[in-house]
Amino acid sequence: MKVLMFGWEFPPFNSGGLGTACYGIAKSLSEKGMEINFVLPQNRKVSEKFLNMIPAKLPKIKIKEVDSLLVSYMTSQSYRKSFLSLDKNYQDDIYCKNLIEEVYRYAMVAKDIASEVNHEIIHCHDWMTFPAGIAAKSVSKKPMIAHIHSTEYDRSAGHGVNPEVYKIEKEGIEKADKVIAVSRFTKDRIIKNYNADERKIEVIYNAIDKNEFFPDSNCKNNLNGFNKKIVLFLGRLTLHKGPDYFLCAAKKVLEKNNNVIFIISGSGDMEYQVIEQASEMGIADKVLFTGFLRNEELKRIYKMANLYVMPSVSEPFGITPLESIASGTPVIISKQSGISEVLDHCLKVDFWDTDEMANKILAVLENEELENCLSGNSLKEIDKLHWGASADKIMGIYNDLLNKKCCA
Amino acid sequence: MPSVCFYFQVHQPFRIKKYSVFDVGRDHNYFDDENLKEKGTRAVIEKVARKCYLPTNEILLDLIRHNPEFKISYSFSGTALEQMEKFAPEVLKSFVKLVKTGNVEILDETHYHSLSFFYSDEEFIKQIEQHRKKIKEIFNYEPKVFRNTELAYNNELAALIESLGYKGIIAEGWEHYLGHRSPNFLYKPKGANKIKLLLKNYKLSDDIAFRFSNRGWTEYPLYAPKFSQWVNAINGCGHTVNLFMDYETFGEHQWEDSGIFNFLRVLPKELLKHPDNNFKMPSELVDLYDAMDEIDIHNILTWADTERDLSAWTGNSMQKSALKKIYELEEDVINSEDEKLVDDWRKMQTSDHFYYMCTKWFSDGDVHKYFSPYESPYEAFISYMNVLNDFKLRLNNAKHEYN
Repeated sequence: MKVLMFGWEFPPFNSGGLGTACYGIAKSLSEKGMEINFVLPQNRKVSEKFLNMIPAKLPKIKIKEVDSLLVSYMTSQSYRKSFLSLDKNYQDDIYCKNLIEEVYRYAMVAKDIASEVNHEIIHCHDWMTFPAGIAAKSVSKKPMIAHIHSTEYDRSAGHGVNPEVYKIEKEGIEKADKVIAVSRFTKDRIIKNYNADERKIEVIYNAIDKNEFFPDSNCKNNLNGFNKKIVLFLGRLTLHKGPDYFLCAAKKVLEKNNNVIFIISGSGDMEYQVIEQASEMGIADKVLFTGFLRNEELKRIYKMANLYVMPSVSEPFGITPLESIASGTPVIISKQSGISEVLDHCLKVDFWDTDEMANKILAVLENEELENCLSGNSLKEIDKLHWGASADKIMGIYNDLLNKKCCA
Repeated sequence: MPSVCFYFQVHQPFRIKKYSVFDVGRDHNYFDDENLKEKGTRAVIEKVARKCYLPTNEILLDLIRHNPEFKISYSFSGTALEQMEKFAPEVLKSFVKLVKTGNVEILDETHYHSLSFFYSDEEFIKQIEQHRKKIKEIFNYEPKVFRNTELAYNNELAALIESLGYKGIIAEGWEHYLGHRSPNFLYKPKGANKIKLLLKNYKLSDDIAFRFSNRGWTEYPLYAPKFSQWVNAINGCGHTVNLFMDYETFGEHQWEDSGIFNFLRVLPKELLKHPDNNFKMPSELVDLYDAMDEIDIHNILTWADTERDLSAWTGNSMQKSALKKIYELEEDVINSEDEKLVDDWRKMQTSDHFYYMCTKWFSDGDVHKYFSPYESPYEAFISYMNVLNDFKLRLNNAKHEYN
């Protein structure tokens, strides 16, 4: 079966879970025999490295690059910044001045692609690709899937959705033949906020590739000589990931046990705010910032930590806890997340309850049996969360859609 | 024959509330578990009293009055009795009425339903003594037969219980130790002399206690005549059918609408239809029958799960650590001579606390989860260890005072 997939950069070129999920899904589907034509927005300057890496590993995936400034997790502000930082020549050349216009321009290019590339299914990952999917569908008349990894409500964490983005998401949901949500949490959000039909939406959980992340006991606590316990936050430094709640809990923990180091890995619009907050709280000497990590550094930081905390305000799924667990490090996760639906051997907490967060962090740090039971049991538990399982369900949807088409 | 011997366990733990690290040093009331809401101690016993204890007691009292040959036995954990005194005195009254009929035997156990046998002989014996006192005080009764927490049993236990003067002890009738022998006879524990071992017929007991309302069961629905037939089939090759189960089978584990109460109402008459059948209490069996053979059980045998061991209480490192840490404090606690400290320490030994930390089936959405007042075994462990830390602070203060 031939699939026209609109997605985002694969690791290590990605900037978050969206790219990881696209990679996991595309890889698994291709391993099961699907032929994937993967359409990717690529800023001219970056494309070569990426294209050289991928074909070797995944023979059944053909990358189709589209010259565009679009990058995953873009906001109107970050797009504007990107645009303004371009060479004057490039600015007037192809790219649009603002995010929404660029999304629609991308859709126009998609139309051409749809007429050139043979396909039976259109599969779009997250809102920026929905107009492209709709455009492709208008040309090829093939069924289209809107795969929702996050909604504008999650990304804005209740601080006012961007109405233009909302409009595009809603249209994508309405015009899609099927919607995939990465959790029940997300599905309920979609039904409630976009007035969607419950029957149209199927929940398919994201997963983890246990070949990429695995434990290494030599790495534990090994912060170049420090013999302190390590608590890790890893994620975009933005409102809906809750880094400020992490710091509040950290302060409470340090009041009871100061033999702990808190590591914050990631970058984002809240970066300066978070650094300042650590200072103001008087805990700057116990909080380390690593910036955005990739590859071996990323894998190593998970292994080094005694505990990973995901205090998200609103997390559609949450792949990072899986990466942590696969690396042998137990997790505390926000109850306001999709992943809390599929994990039992972890600690769960309401994101706002920093007292309880601190209580649970201290319990893990001070009771090795708790740390070990959590890490051992969760490692076994995630066996069921492999990309093959998600791919099977996706293929089920592909087949359903194609059969409907035949009978229609 | 055979005789039918009913034994019902009545137990409720004092549950530990959700207790955070921030409570340590400030909150010493571990068992005021209002924050467990409907899974808290008071809420649970009030519910179980309503759904199980009161209606079942009424049925049994009625059965005894109309069938004077009908006999049963109970064990009451000390913690259950204390809770009945505090929260459900009418339930205690109805148990007293039952015992007064003379058709009801009471077995002894540790007052705190603990695993102390495996950690401290001294403490174990003290808890049995405390239990005897309570039973004497409430029922004016002196038990002759013993049962250990979770029916945990081995040769050493039998010898110790015999040395305390008991004439009978009960255990799970598991074929792993029985081999071809039947649980429907009495046996002599290896290493003991006179004490007799009564073994639970787990197939027939669990037919009532677990399978009764299971629509997937090949024998569903279970009516009294059918069950009676199974018992009659033992005629000639067994002295007794020991039906041992949790009392909450009636109304809680098996809900009223399963028909369990109706089943119970007609079962005695149905069984008595066969002229050779009768009902016996455990000590009557001990007096009546000789031991058929010697049984050697050197490991720990319990009535739990397929493994019939203590893995549900001690199987993971959290449980092992918690148990080790609580029993480590024995000497200091006893030396403190502080009544409240000693009582709290003992309440913390109740086996349920460790059961709640079990990770064996946590992911299976299993029936075992239903009983835990916590969201996960990890949360159970966290509350317990925080409480332990507060307790240690109090213990240290007490130490400094008498030094």
